[in-house]
Amino acid sequence: MYFNEEFETLPRPALEALQLKRLQNVLERVYANVPFYRASFAAAGIKPSDVKSLADLRRLPFTTKQDMRNSYPYGLFAAPMEEIVRIHASSGTTGKPTVVGYTLKDIDTWSELMARSFVSAGAHKGDIIHNAYGYGLFTGGLGAHYGAERLGASVIPISGGNTKRQLMIMQDFGSTVLTCTPSYSLFMAEEASAEGVDFKNLKLRVGIFGAEPWSEAMRGEIEEKLNLAAIDIYGLSEIMGPGVAIECIEAKKGLHIWEDHFIPEIINPETGESLPEGERGELVITTITKQGIPLIRYRTRDITSLTYEPCICGRTHARITRMSGRSDDMLIIRGVNVFPSQIESVLVGIEGVEPHYLLVVDRVGTLDTLEVQVEVNEQLFSDEVKELQKLSRQIEKEIKDMLGVTCRAKLVEPKSIQRSEGKAKRVQDNRAL
Amino acid sequence: MKVEQISIFIENKSGRLAEITRILGEANINIRALSLADTSDFGILRLIVNDCNAASQVLKDRGFTVNKTEVVAVEVPDRPGGLAAILQVLDKQGTNVEYMYAFVERCGGNAVIIFRFDETDTAIKVLTDSAFKVLAGDTLYSM
Repeated sequence: MYFNEEFETLPRPALEALQLKRLQNVLERVYANVPFYRASFAAAGIKPSDVKSLADLRRLPFTTKQDMRNSYPYGLFAAPMEEIVRIHASSGTTGKPTVVGYTLKDIDTWSELMARSFVSAGAHKGDIIHNAYGYGLFTGGLGAHYGAERLGASVIPISGGNTKRQLMIMQDFGSTVLTCTPSYSLFMAEEASAEGVDFKNLKLRVGIFGAEPWSEAMRGEIEEKLNLAAIDIYGLSEIMGPGVAIECIEAKKGLHIWEDHFIPEIINPETGESLPEGERGELVITTITKQGIPLIRYRTRDITSLTYEPCICGRTHARITRMSGRSDDMLIIRGVNVFPSQIESVLVGIEGVEPHYLLVVDRVGTLDTLEVQVEVNEQLFSDEVKELQKLSRQIEKEIKDMLGVTCRAKLVEPKSIQRSEGKAKRVQDNRAL
Repeated sequence: MKVEQISIFIENKSGRLAEITRILGEANINIRALSLADTSDFGILRLIVNDCNAASQVLKDRGFTVNKTEVVAVEVPDRPGGLAAILQVLDKQGTNVEYMYAFVERCGGNAVIIFRFDETDTAIKVLTDSAFKVLAGDTLYSM
């Protein structure tokens, strides 16, 4: 099933011709209207008219989150404020948020791409979409909302929080599709069992989960506990919001990125060089139809890989694999790339170890050292030194086996690792590089 | 015939021992015996106190990791070779001592040693069969 069959299944030569035409158009627009791009193109010695093929895209400079911060709030807008009908902003974990503006046409495009995403996930007209993404400056709530309306489904704009009420409404209103973050869906499952609500008695059929990275193992858990098909969706406010890419329910293997609106690339986050199909690296996206705030080669900092292999669903758009982490979280320890999320998955696999940990990186002489601090709870604690030392050695060995990096496990007292309400601080890098 | 001991996990950083003893003092708990095992990163403080449950609770409430273990208190004749005689019997039976430490008070002129065995029940049987005196918890807490 497609929402826009013509564009979703466009043969690749036609799709690429359309991409080039749209790319040339957006380059002319940002060059004419955004001083930042005029300056950055000049610094790179390139003009929009020099881009004659899609391969020429690689000659253009990147745009970073820092560039957006430097232009706070409206400096990168390419359309006059009279044409901007909506403003969203991402939560700034450090300093100011990043601000994005949408023209009426941008909202129209976003609604269509989100409607396509719903259909890709197996939703259709007549569904009752329980939208538990937050409404507000965050793009999740309104993005999914407009897409659901475009699809012609009935949308319940419940937003996040008040889980008991969410469960009551799901039961009474007969919600068939759930949209929220994957971690919130599991929290709902916990609350449901406490309230005596069995998801098997609900009408939910599909859940569309995004806004944070999650694993295949977590999909299995969600599908079992919520009794629905769990679909991964990807988006970021800088590029548009939710609906930049989504899995198809037919394959559930990689997320189709809507290539008639976005051109994806994968680069080496260290060197910036382009990587071939299938290799893992940082996702870079160029928006080719956006009017409010088009971004050229925006570095998403998300780590994934790209495949152009045909998909059983019939869509011709490339697929990105599940996000495995963010490039700005990546540590390089003695030349080995290490993501905190990889260490986390090793730790949660060891019985009794809680997912509160801190990675302390240092340099002794010319050698990098990695210390993994793990809290000792009652389940792990023994009155015998040798048992605790055995635990430390097990952690060290499993990390070495999985990641190929030698570390030292240090057991620390419970609650001694700082807790955070938002993004947890997992890394303390003491190297003076 | 077993004695309850509490163990507390402590990081090697200044002030932790002082903190634990202060918490116990404020809760009016008397420490009867203690031993501290330490490594470069952490230590395990083992205590025999007059009220094991209360001590364990106040420390947990303050965020410490605490567990309870059963140990054995044995009277040791206060003369040369007194401890050696006990260890010899245990060794003969293949019973392992994980760790041991001395109790502060004497019991009727004898010293008291706290043992942690790998097989506690076997060890108690071996010792009583050989006529060594194993002390009950209640005797010890109120000594």
